[in-house]
Amino acid sequence: MQSLEKTQTRSDGGVSMKSAMPWIFSAVMLVLMPFIFQSNSAITIMNQMAITIVFALSYNMLLGQGGMLSFGHAVYMGVGGFVCVHVMNWEIFGSIPLPLLPLLGGVFGMILASMVGYFSTRKAGTVFAMISLGVGELIAACSVIIVVFFGGEEGVSGDRTYGIPFFGVEFLSQIEVYYLTAGWLLISALLMYLFSRTPIGRMANAVRDNPERAEFLGYSSRWVRYNSFVAAGFFAGIAGGLFAINYEILTEENLNLTTSGSILLVTFLGGVGVFFGPVVGAIVFTLLQTVLSLETEIWSLYVGALFVATVMFFPSGLAGVMQLHIAPIKLGTWRLLVMPYIITLVPAIICILGLSGLIEVLFHARHAAIGETEMTLFWVTFQHTEILPWVVFAVMAVVGFWLARKNAPQMMDAWHRANKPDGADT
Amino acid sequence: MRTIVKRGAVAALSLAVMASAAFAENVKIAFIDPLSGPFASTGTNGLHQYEFAAEALVNANGGVLGGQKFEIVGFDNKISPKESLIQLQVAIDQGIRYVAQGNSSGVANALTEAIDKHNRRNPDSRVLFLNYSAVDPALTNEKCNFWHFRFDANADIKMDALTDVMAADSSIKKVYIIGQDYSFGKAVAAAAVNFLGAKRPDVEIVGNELHPIGKVKDFTPYARKIVASGADAVITGNWGSDMLNLGKSVIDNGFKGPIYTYYAAADGITAAFGETGKGSLRLVSEGPLNPIASERAADYVKAFKAKYPDGNVSQARITNVIEMLARAINDAGSATDVVAVGKALEGMEHDSLWGGKIMMRPQDHQAIQDVHIFAHTNEGVQFDYDNSGYGMVVESSVAMASADAPTTCKMQRP
Amino acid sequence: MDLILVNLIDGLVTGLLLFMLSAGLTLIFSMMGVLNFAHASFYMLGAYFAYQISIYLGFWMGLLIAPPLVGIVGAAVERYGLRRVHQYGHVPELIFTFGLALLIEELVKFIWGNDQIPYQIPEILEGAAFSISSYDIPAYKVFMIFLSLGIFAGLLFVMTRTRVGMIIQAALSYPRTVEALGHNVPLVFMGVFGVGTALAGVAGVIAGPVLSTFPGMAFVLGSIVFVTIVIGGLGSLGGALVAALIIGWMTTFAKAYNIRMEDILTGVGFTKPEPTWDSAWADLWTLTSPQIADILPYLLMILILVFRPYGLFGKRDV
Repeated sequence: MQSLEKTQTRSDGGVSMKSAMPWIFSAVMLVLMPFIFQSNSAITIMNQMAITIVFALSYNMLLGQGGMLSFGHAVYMGVGGFVCVHVMNWEIFGSIPLPLLPLLGGVFGMILASMVGYFSTRKAGTVFAMISLGVGELIAACSVIIVVFFGGEEGVSGDRTYGIPFFGVEFLSQIEVYYLTAGWLLISALLMYLFSRTPIGRMANAVRDNPERAEFLGYSSRWVRYNSFVAAGFFAGIAGGLFAINYEILTEENLNLTTSGSILLVTFLGGVGVFFGPVVGAIVFTLLQTVLSLETEIWSLYVGALFVATVMFFPSGLAGVMQLHIAPIKLGTWRLLVMPYIITLVPAIICILGLSGLIEVLFHARHAAIGETEMTLFWVTFQHTEILPWVVFAVMAVVGFWLARKNAPQMMDAWHRANKPDGADT
Repeated sequence: MRTIVKRGAVAALSLAVMASAAFAENVKIAFIDPLSGPFASTGTNGLHQYEFAAEALVNANGGVLGGQKFEIVGFDNKISPKESLIQLQVAIDQGIRYVAQGNSSGVANALTEAIDKHNRRNPDSRVLFLNYSAVDPALTNEKCNFWHFRFDANADIKMDALTDVMAADSSIKKVYIIGQDYSFGKAVAAAAVNFLGAKRPDVEIVGNELHPIGKVKDFTPYARKIVASGADAVITGNWGSDMLNLGKSVIDNGFKGPIYTYYAAADGITAAFGETGKGSLRLVSEGPLNPIASERAADYVKAFKAKYPDGNVSQARITNVIEMLARAINDAGSATDVVAVGKALEGMEHDSLWGGKIMMRPQDHQAIQDVHIFAHTNEGVQFDYDNSGYGMVVESSVAMASADAPTTCKMQRP
Repeated sequence: MDLILVNLIDGLVTGLLLFMLSAGLTLIFSMMGVLNFAHASFYMLGAYFAYQISIYLGFWMGLLIAPPLVGIVGAAVERYGLRRVHQYGHVPELIFTFGLALLIEELVKFIWGNDQIPYQIPEILEGAAFSISSYDIPAYKVFMIFLSLGIFAGLLFVMTRTRVGMIIQAALSYPRTVEALGHNVPLVFMGVFGVGTALAGVAGVIAGPVLSTFPGMAFVLGSIVFVTIVIGGLGSLGGALVAALIIGWMTTFAKAYNIRMEDILTGVGFTKPEPTWDSAWADLWTLTSPQIADILPYLLMILILVFRPYGLFGKRDV
């Protein structure tokens, strides 16, 4: 658990223009997104993304920055969300502006985390992981037992529009909710980033990498972990509050092991070693889940394959891969990479398309109704009974694989050269 | 020669007209149910039944409003309330005005509330909710709204019919009730206690318990308790693998009496029970396949099986959804004004393809129909499930079950 | 009294089944440090392979052939997947098995479909072996007990009496030293992984017909296997056996007897609020032991980890 990439680099105190740029850029993007993607469903998906991003960033406070592997993080988000939904149903809600609600979720997520963390953060590693699993299972099981709070299987629902209007905004439409969510996303991401820059955040990294040395420096590794854990609980609770506002319902699904597991996958897919890794992971995963599932029934097969491939070939995640390219860009040697990338990656993509084509045709041939031999794939309509599509996909897969494999050494070679200041031969 | 050309031209023209009609004005119905994950087979089979019903019962007869076709669009909700709400938004954005959903009362509950809110907040893009399977009584009682229509008999109605049959069986003296620990399981248990108490006060309820849903690996301890209690009959609302495992375990451990169920059929369950379940399993449902109501219904099932050899006509009510919606759209004269369509559906009486009448009760939008008690057997089975040779044969029927049952629904109409 | 005896037998069956799964996992976990999340997926593969074989060759050939097949798949996963990921550390390894579990479930669905498959017990084992007063003990359960006890004896023999077992035991504690002595530790890892998954496969073959074979069977079993080995103590076969039996009996008895919270609370001196359904504590008062039976192992695991982090029989921290 200590071998996480130590890529949290470049600590320069103070606010410089350079360090503020990504945040200003993100803020502008968040404001502009609804003008680019105007449909309600796109906004709904973006809301889901924003919530997942907050949740994944909070999870990475544990996994990436603190080295704590949790299997029950959904619990803190869920409990925060449940509290918010309950508040929506109380009369007092009529005097609370809706945008403040997530704060309440955060506080309750934090309270729960401070209780559980008291005994779970005593040790890191497997002990922590297994306790988080046990607590997660317990609370998820309680959701159907303690009906008063969790509402049983059908959950608890509320109506966000009963709060007092916030500067005249009643949050009737998705776009209003989007800006609320985006605002909270920016605030919490910034706070989490700043937390990672505080001495406590720094110590979390130290304890992750070497608890013994941290102890010698006079820090109690247990309390350092505890602080990270409680802070992560707070931001998970905020994500829960945003969920409550967006969907106006919370159910058992918000607490269970599947949700906890998928946030682990999201974070890892994005990359645990980089602050913005979970952001990338959340965006990609939400798109896969909502968009890919509209296209194919066997989307989860692809998602599973993607995860296994990511772990095997890019253990630093998508953001890690992106970050690897900072050096060549700074060195100005990135041009060396363009051609090798094209001749390797294009065949690789062809190979993947061919494989997925074969799988889709096979799936269609086995599951389609009798007489329905026609299918459309990659904007081409054909019959699965014909031999041609099978051959085409098989050829794509084999030739793509062969070319990619043949050119891979060239890419690796170019990669090594691009990382040398003068781009010289290795 | 000339006639042929003329006919060809007419055909081409009418094809062009039909094609443009199909493109421009298909009446789309969003089917939001699990198409992946553990309940995918139920969801996919439901989608096939919808597609087939729309094609065979509406489109083959010229569609609605003089030519508009029904089109079923499948959305995968992964049986998650959150995903259902996202897919609902996607469907609404595609201009879809009708939403069909059935698997899981939890999802139905989330959807009906979301649709109610959406329709209040966006009067321009209102949608109707065609609930074909979620049977939690609350949906047509305290949680009812104008946009929700339930085409299946709810848990109370089914239990009313079931207890009518049990009350007539004087050999039943002790009953054991077991179910999944959530709203539907509790509703079944409450209804069973209620109706048995009213109809057969002498029957002793020797056990009434809930087990965690989808988490029990081995039902043996429950089965032992049931056997030990000396029960003559078991009532359960279990579905999916919980149903199969409970049933098998109870029978394997020596229980000989009838097991009254809601969902012990199709989706692999009938095949997995096979010979074991014969003589024990009873099921309460609508839409009988054995004996089949009419030649037309038999042809329908045969055509469906010819197209989907691995599928089952397991949710017969889907044909009622499609036929009644088509009639309502024709009566309202519009497929986009869902308020008018909803008002046309209210109180509609319809001759079901599966025999008997079905009436959409206006007070609570609960369909009132004939409910039957079936037995799992391989004798007298014309249409089996799971191609196993075993199927569900009607043992007794209750016509227009619970037509006058009270409802707490206070519906607000637009 | 009779019912207690019957429940003891039922709990024993559950426990032994759990033991077969955890025996392999505890070896893998303690030797390689891998929390193999896909272990239950190999159990599922066992059931599906056996079903496929039983169609052509009958149940007994399925029991014979399926576990080695699962073991080969497991060894291949170790050789071509885990070994590659091993260099990145334990978290990526875990995520790899996590993804693998997802992938195996999807592949099973792709090949065998979403429905439950009719995998049946052999005719010779149908019906009751004997009865205790009015309770039947199915013959198949007796068969399960003897088979798993046999496997436990065999494992114990291999681990304590053979050379291979000695090397494995040594590699458990001092992998570096064992490598320095000239043993091929990666080969040992692959072998242990293969044997561990094959054991899971055996459990799947014999559990499939009674607990039903469907794509969700791995998920339903889920993390309870980890709970078993953590309670028992890592690397300890005996601990795994004891923990599995404790869990088996604990859940069986909690389900078999309706211990009501109401009785406990009134017993300690609280008064029941009336009407109960209106009270904020209604859910607590109406709680019964069957409702919480399946989460008791998790509670036990948390308590053990808090107070005795090396488990019941473990010699080192988990």
